[in-house]
Amino acid sequence: MCRVTDLQQAVMARNDDRAEHLRAELAAGGTATVNLLSSPGSGKTALLEAELALARERGVAVAALTADLATENDARRLARSGVPCKQVLTDGLCHLEADMLAGHLAGWLPGDTRLLFVENVGNLVCPASYDLGESLRVVLASVTEGEDKPLKYPTAFGTAQLVLVTKEDIAEAVGFDRDAFLTHVRQVNPGVEVAFTSARAQLGVGVLLERALAVADGAAAHRPVMDRRTAAHGHAHDDGHRHEHAHGHEHGHRDGPEHEHSHGHAHEHGPDQGLSHPHAPAHVRG
Amino acid sequence: MHEMSIAMAVVCQVEEAARAHGAEGVETVTLSVGELAGVVPDALRFSFSLACEGTVLAGAELVTEHVAGRARCESCGGEWATGVPPRLCCTRCGDSRTRLLSGRELGIATVRWAEGPQRARALEEL
Ligand SMILES: Nc1nc2c(ncn2[C@@H]2O[C@H](COP(=O)(O)OP(=O)(O)OP(=O)(O)O)[C@@H](O)[C@H]2O)c(=O)[nH]1
Ligand SMILES: [Mg+2]
Ligand SMILES: [Zn+2]
Repeated sequence: MCRVTDLQQAVMARNDDRAEHLRAELAAGGTATVNLLSSPGSGKTALLEAELALARERGVAVAALTADLATENDARRLARSGVPCKQVLTDGLCHLEADMLAGHLAGWLPGDTRLLFVENVGNLVCPASYDLGESLRVVLASVTEGEDKPLKYPTAFGTAQLVLVTKEDIAEAVGFDRDAFLTHVRQVNPGVEVAFTSARAQLGVGVLLERALAVADGAAAHRPVMDRRTAAHGHAHDDGHRHEHAHGHEHGHRDGPEHEHSHGHAHEHGPDQGLSHPHAPAHVRG
Repeated sequence: MHEMSIAMAVVCQVEEAARAHGAEGVETVTLSVGELAGVVPDALRFSFSLACEGTVLAGAELVTEHVAGRARCESCGGEWATGVPPRLCCTRCGDSRTRLLSGRELGIATVRWAEGPQRARALEEL
């Protein structure tokens, strides 16, 4: 027996493959997924509430799935928009994986869904490593978190296809330095769009919906330099397409044993009543 | 801490390779870890030791090979070490059309198998 084996297997290959399949499967059914990442409390749910309400007003078929370590509060809040919502409890797991998402969508996601919003677990570290089969990865940061957030969490901000600053209504009060933030975003993710929003002041509400719809309609999403697929292929700026298959993981991981993960439990929340209004977007390109 | 999920994926892949090679034990697993891969080698080592328990990898050592981040500018052809946090705009001309050459790696490079007890006994008897 040879004592050393040259394995050369990508560790994330299994999740990446699953994500790629899920993306293709959803696209075939006319659904584009938006993966929302931020620190705990940045305002994902608040912004999503406003965006879902707007989508409903405009007659866009959307659905939302929110993942938390505990409580069903977020799904309850989101369900007030009147769109299909599902709470996923991760039972302690700090992130969602493509496999888990696929499991939760099966038998739940309405067939006519145009956009599926996934609110990931509030955490800027772990979820950044897991492709969920999204067509648009959105990273949010509130004005209270400090301008150097993109440098402290380069994997998240570096792989974002859209960056949303939240709680813009209190930017002045907390002395948020917009230029410094933009400089830091550009350092780790040149070319990504940064938009400024406030769910409370209804500022920039609708930007997320518009960008998501554009991608769902086939527009090329921003392709971050840090994107593993971009890096692996080495042609970052050909067509801006994000849907190719990454190489370098074709070494027999497919027929291996599936590693087990708790899928947690999930609950659905019915509609209730709608809320509010659109507003002019404010955005720049990093 | 997603290092646990990653460690479990590593263990899973090595278990599979061990079956394919008829290996009875694992001495070391060497991982290539890019400095921009988003994992902390120390956390990974800790999780790995837990994930190995009760498997053919029990007692295996995890060795991580650091891969530096490097980028190239499509505009001027300049190349540089990205550092952490990475500088991904061109450090020479400032252009944003750049590409990452390395730094996102997270892969099992090699596995060193241990002599299993059966084989050790067979050797002793010789
Ligand atoms: N001033 C202000 N506060 C906001 C805004 N959006 C959210 N908040 C507040 O920020 C806190 C967290 O908001 P959430 O929407 O729950 O944040 P989240 O990112 O979903 O939080 P987790 O799911 O726990 O990670 C709440 O107290 C909100 O009222 C905003 O636009 N302006
Ligand atoms: Mg929330
Ligand atoms: Zn240059």
